[in-house]
Amino acid sequence: MTAYIEHLTPFLRKTPFHPRIEALMHANSWMRWTGHYSPANFESVQSEYFTIRNGASVYDVSPLIKYAIRGREAADFVNHLITRDLSKIKPMQAFYTSWCQDDGMLVEEGTIFRLGENDFLLNAAKDQLHWLEQTAYGFDVQIEEASNDLCGLSLQGPESRQVLRAMGINGIDNLKRFGIQELELNGHWLRIDRAGFTGDLGYEIWCKPESALWLWDRMFDAGRDHKIAPIGAQALEISRIEAGFLLVDVDYTSALHALRPSNRMSPYELGIGWTVNLNKPGYFVGKRALKKEKEQGLSRHVLIGIEIEGRKPAPGSFLYADQPGKVELGLTTSATWSSTLKKNIAYARVPQAYAKPGTEMWIEIWYGKEHKIERSMVRCWATNRMFYDPPRKSA
Amino acid sequence: MPETYDAIIIGGGHNGLTCAAYLAKGGEKHGKKKLKVLVLERREKVGGAAMSEEIYPGFTYSTCSYVCSLLRPEIFRFLDLPKYGLQVIPYDINSAPNPEGEGIIYYSDHDRTRESLRRHSIRDAEAYDEYAMEISRHCRFIKRTLMMTPPDPTQLNPFVQNRINPWGHREDLDGLLKIGREFGRMGERNMYDMIRFWSMSVADFLDQYFETPRWKGLAAASSIIGTALGPYSPGTAYVLLHHYMGEVDGQIGAWGFARGGMGSVSKAIAAAAEEAGVEIRVNAEVDKIIVKNGKAVGVALKTGEEIFGKSVVSNADPKRTYLKLIEKGDLDAIDPDIHRYATNYKIRGSSGKLNIALDGLPEFAGLPKEAAYGTVDIGGDFDYIERAFDDFKYGSWSKRPFLDCVIPTTVDPTMAPPGKHFMSVFVQYVPYKLAEGPWTQEMKAQYTKDVLDTIELHAPGFKKLVLHVQTRTPWDIENEVGMTEGNIFHGELTLDQLLFNRPFPGMGQFRGPFDNFYMCGSGTHPGGGVMGAPGANAAHEMLKDFKRGVVQ
Amino acid sequence: MSKPNAADVLVIGAGHNGLVTAAYLAKAGLKVIVLESAAQVGGAAVTREFAPGYRVSGVAHLLHGLNTTVARDLNLARHGLDLKAARVKTRSLLPGGGGFEVGPDVAATATSIAAISKADAAAYGPVMARLVKLADALAGYALHTPPRADVTKMDWRDQLNLGLFALSLRRLGKKDMLELTRILTINVNDLANDFFESEPVKALLCFEGSLGVFLGPRSPSTVFNLLYRLSNLGANGQGGFIVPKGGMGSVTQALAASAKAAGATIRTNAAVDHILIENDAAAGVVLANGEELRAAQVVSSADPQRTALKLIGPRHLDTMFVSRIRHLRMNGCAAKIHLALDSLPPALANAAGRVVVAAKPDDIERAYDCAKYGRVSDRPALELVIPSLSDPSLAPAGKHVASIVAQYAPYKLKDTSEHDARQQVFERSLAVLESVAPGLSERITASETLTPHDLETQFGLTGGQWHHGEITLDQVLLQRPAAQWQQYRMPVPGIYLCGAGAHPGGNVSGAPGYNAAREILKDAKAAKTRGAA
Repeated sequence: MTAYIEHLTPFLRKTPFHPRIEALMHANSWMRWTGHYSPANFESVQSEYFTIRNGASVYDVSPLIKYAIRGREAADFVNHLITRDLSKIKPMQAFYTSWCQDDGMLVEEGTIFRLGENDFLLNAAKDQLHWLEQTAYGFDVQIEEASNDLCGLSLQGPESRQVLRAMGINGIDNLKRFGIQELELNGHWLRIDRAGFTGDLGYEIWCKPESALWLWDRMFDAGRDHKIAPIGAQALEISRIEAGFLLVDVDYTSALHALRPSNRMSPYELGIGWTVNLNKPGYFVGKRALKKEKEQGLSRHVLIGIEIEGRKPAPGSFLYADQPGKVELGLTTSATWSSTLKKNIAYARVPQAYAKPGTEMWIEIWYGKEHKIERSMVRCWATNRMFYDPPRKSA
Repeated sequence: MPETYDAIIIGGGHNGLTCAAYLAKGGEKHGKKKLKVLVLERREKVGGAAMSEEIYPGFTYSTCSYVCSLLRPEIFRFLDLPKYGLQVIPYDINSAPNPEGEGIIYYSDHDRTRESLRRHSIRDAEAYDEYAMEISRHCRFIKRTLMMTPPDPTQLNPFVQNRINPWGHREDLDGLLKIGREFGRMGERNMYDMIRFWSMSVADFLDQYFETPRWKGLAAASSIIGTALGPYSPGTAYVLLHHYMGEVDGQIGAWGFARGGMGSVSKAIAAAAEEAGVEIRVNAEVDKIIVKNGKAVGVALKTGEEIFGKSVVSNADPKRTYLKLIEKGDLDAIDPDIHRYATNYKIRGSSGKLNIALDGLPEFAGLPKEAAYGTVDIGGDFDYIERAFDDFKYGSWSKRPFLDCVIPTTVDPTMAPPGKHFMSVFVQYVPYKLAEGPWTQEMKAQYTKDVLDTIELHAPGFKKLVLHVQTRTPWDIENEVGMTEGNIFHGELTLDQLLFNRPFPGMGQFRGPFDNFYMCGSGTHPGGGVMGAPGANAAHEMLKDFKRGVVQ
Repeated sequence: MSKPNAADVLVIGAGHNGLVTAAYLAKAGLKVIVLESAAQVGGAAVTREFAPGYRVSGVAHLLHGLNTTVARDLNLARHGLDLKAARVKTRSLLPGGGGFEVGPDVAATATSIAAISKADAAAYGPVMARLVKLADALAGYALHTPPRADVTKMDWRDQLNLGLFALSLRRLGKKDMLELTRILTINVNDLANDFFESEPVKALLCFEGSLGVFLGPRSPSTVFNLLYRLSNLGANGQGGFIVPKGGMGSVTQALAASAKAAGATIRTNAAVDHILIENDAAAGVVLANGEELRAAQVVSSADPQRTALKLIGPRHLDTMFVSRIRHLRMNGCAAKIHLALDSLPPALANAAGRVVVAAKPDDIERAYDCAKYGRVSDRPALELVIPSLSDPSLAPAGKHVASIVAQYAPYKLKDTSEHDARQQVFERSLAVLESVAPGLSERITASETLTPHDLETQFGLTGGQWHHGEITLDQVLLQRPAAQWQQYRMPVPGIYLCGAGAHPGGNVSGAPGYNAAREILKDAKAAKTRGAA
């Protein structure tokens, strides 16, 4: 924005945790998330990353977009919207699912909380009220954008349960993975779900905005002896890739926002075909197209995990079947060096024939070497995309 | 007969000058064989409708066109316009004031726009991305057709030799196949969306996405500017693209101010042309195009002087060219239908202008101060615009018009004394002729008053700031710039007058009915706006003909 | 185990298209049941009594597009339809007396127009002949299935048809082909100005272009509507109407007889509540009384919104399809007025043909302006027929019935109640009629006014739109009823659309029904081949 416009009003939002985050933000490394200030890193990405894998990390997830779905036919509607079978999900459970457009291309994937028989909270990365309301035509259901009603902290890492115990939260040991618990603590309403974006043991703790600072202080007090620390998006990103989670606009583009048809992808193509239940009762959006894709083998490629020789991260790199690079196979999306696994890992879009774990391919990586860009052609192998999956995650 | 010039270009508007510069430089690829080119301009300086003039002491007015976006980056670069002083500064704000409440404002920053729209409707804010993406998908396709010669579907047979395709080339077939391939690449779903988009009304299109009436009215603005249609008329959705397909520095849909006013655009192109060897003669009004044996051989000036050349290019609008500059007998000798095409050509002027010198920066109702730094669209919902259109339909100016206001001096320090401002007010709708008869001074005064009253309503205190007002009706625009009926696009941008049908059926490829005669104005593909594409495209076709020896 | 199938195919609605589809399917040997909610067949093409002894065609009142292939294939003449009835002329009545008449006879038409304008009289014949030529070229595609946008995905027969169609356009010659591209998208007012000089002649053309669409003469796409209508109007334009003996009901009666003769069963008073869908495929229908009828194929002749949103239901459908169907423009814009008359006023005494009341293009445009903002037109444009002149059996001896289409009466009203709107249409239309036919009002003994709202509730036409969706460029050919579903199949396997909401669209033509039957039989054949293999 040009300097001579003096009367510009600030427009980025601050989450209710902002005062605490700002106080710790030594690196002045902010980024934007749905129009909010969000920390990229507080100081050292490396130490923040190890807080996730070694201690208890705290990440402000308040900017997530949330839609409350309620009404007489809310369950019918959600079942029509998503690809998974809702009848398998009980109230007070969270679940991961895909939802698609008519042609089976992904609108988004994410987590939905089933809070009651007909009471849902959909967490999304992208605005999609328009889509949800269009899909809800003919259902007795109300959809409300509820992003600002709650704010939350994602508490992730092996010590996270200890922190919650120390906070005095009863029954946390009984909370199963994807379970949801609601309670009052010192007069503050809290909702805790056991899920996260790190592939580790972890919880998300939601509260009303007015309880935010209390929650932060209480959590950090309780966590003092449990290696608690705030993290930013960069550390989270490494653990996200290790855990095999997808990120919209990185690993795929929402069908609502894709410019080119080649960027729209189906759940099968993203390797989350397991979220599609073609046998569930009733119709869901995209079912006919997905069924056709599956039966006729129309998937153009599949997103797999790869392990790469060497230690140069390889985002946006081309994969080849051969070393000279004559036969192009596909492209990597997310990529990182995993400090925990000591592996160079990435996600890659490849033809189905190359998806079998262990399949050897070649990858062309361009990397900066002081003032110049160098190229290296190294081997890589197909693997399961869930690179890191510790037993404590679901224990 | 003395034959001095390779090409004589009638009219020194931005397209005429672009065409001249391209010809003189020999086109992008050739660069070797330079042609001798003469540009004849009726007025005392070049620029046509892209003109900066000091009408009120100390103030530079962009008298006609007022913002810049569509000028093709290819042209910018090939003619090296920055070297000749052209600088385009993008602005980031577009807003609609509201005297009864909060206005609507959006910015180039996505998050900022989202926050702003959420104040009116969360639904609309959330639908915005999806909407913008659909527009982008359509733009991507259209943009590829801008700098090409539109293929004529009646000339697909590659073996047929005709005058326009002298060697029986496959250009039309190839061009059509190229468009077909582009079309195919977008996927079947988008194909359907596009086919529908081209034929629907902007009201229907926006209703699919949005609910806030004022926001929809603001979004519809782009599709009615310069047209003789209302938002409920089918075919207006496409015009939306015509205002979205511009870019500034690769930022699609961005608009900017030319430093020094729009005259800087013409000035820079003229300088580039002159450096390439083009001769520009001002105060040289062409009376007739001289046609001999079905060939254009030169022009006769109003003064009686005759100038001969190997080819004649008209930058004037099609109606002026075919009905005034060319003898009917010459046309009828080729094909009597051409005269009918020209007569039936739709070129209703529908917009007027007010150029205003201001003592200070106005503040708009329901908007933050920063709104004045971008486009301010004074209007309302669809019905507001449609009612404005109804007035126009029956031969009157809109009593409550839709106004597109910009204050370039918020960004450009060269156009007004410090602290003072120049405001350009584009008025939609204003007829060329009133139902009662031609424009009179009283009518013009009443029209000016209605516009100022409308602004005052949306910017309380505005009138007190006014130092000077210059009023333009389509009638004034015709008289001054020469655009028939004051139509800013040299002919309405409706589907029937686009592509191979622009300007006339069978003459959509920059060539006219005579050998050695060409058209290079906004009345040719891809149409109006300070885009330069018609001029460059025409030069491209001419150079082909020079190379093939069609022009001798 | 569920009930056995009642038939091979169930057809919902015994309107003309439903009956055409049923007849073709039955002829091909399929067991067909047609289910009609009303007590009589016909849908919007019925003859009904609106006052004791006075009968009139319910919605449609002129026949001008009945497809000749359909009429021949289904032997409608043998089943009681008198197609030899004379094609009537169109007379434009002007305020204060006077007017002109156009009909199949070019010379007579020219003579009639000459009283108003010599130039127009000379121009009229050639102009209309050219327009009809262009319209006919487009109409060449009426009996084909619309192509897909991606032509490479079409079957070879459709590709061939499309190729032949392109060739037929090319054969128009360069000039006509370019003229077609020029006029296809423009507005009829401009077209009229291009060719004619007198207001009444222009107005007649404008009336034809704006009838049945929620657009005024100055709205683009009205020339397309004009061409769509002209393609059915015969050589001289506007001269090809038939006032069928016995009213429009006689057409559907003949179709019903033909369908029955071919073996189809027709059940009246059998309103379908919804289509039964099992395992994502059609399984039959459930009637309003709860009765279940099973069949593997269900064909709907209801309009697309009713078919998709009510009979199938959004929960069996995808989001964008539902959204597209919801946004179809289904704005009914014309009201129907029926008058029982003691006698005829002098101006209408021998108006056996079609009468149009629209003196100036701007009159129609201003009428549209009212409707745009949700009001009944102050001065509606009218089309009037007095069928009792050619068929006295429609009224008691010596009396007459008049059937009037009044445009515009918008479906979506603002600040006007349904009741007031009905009243306004009637009063304002009569005021217009009095200006051209004084003495009409005092001869009225009974009347009936049907607004678009009434057409919806009484005839099941969503939005009161009698074409099942306006005939505009964004809603025809491969966008009819919705992109990707233009080939008569609905997204749920086994469900088809055969009504006017499918290509080529409205009017009593039977073409959508014909095309749908062809596609259904194509699928049946493919299924049989698969079954055998």
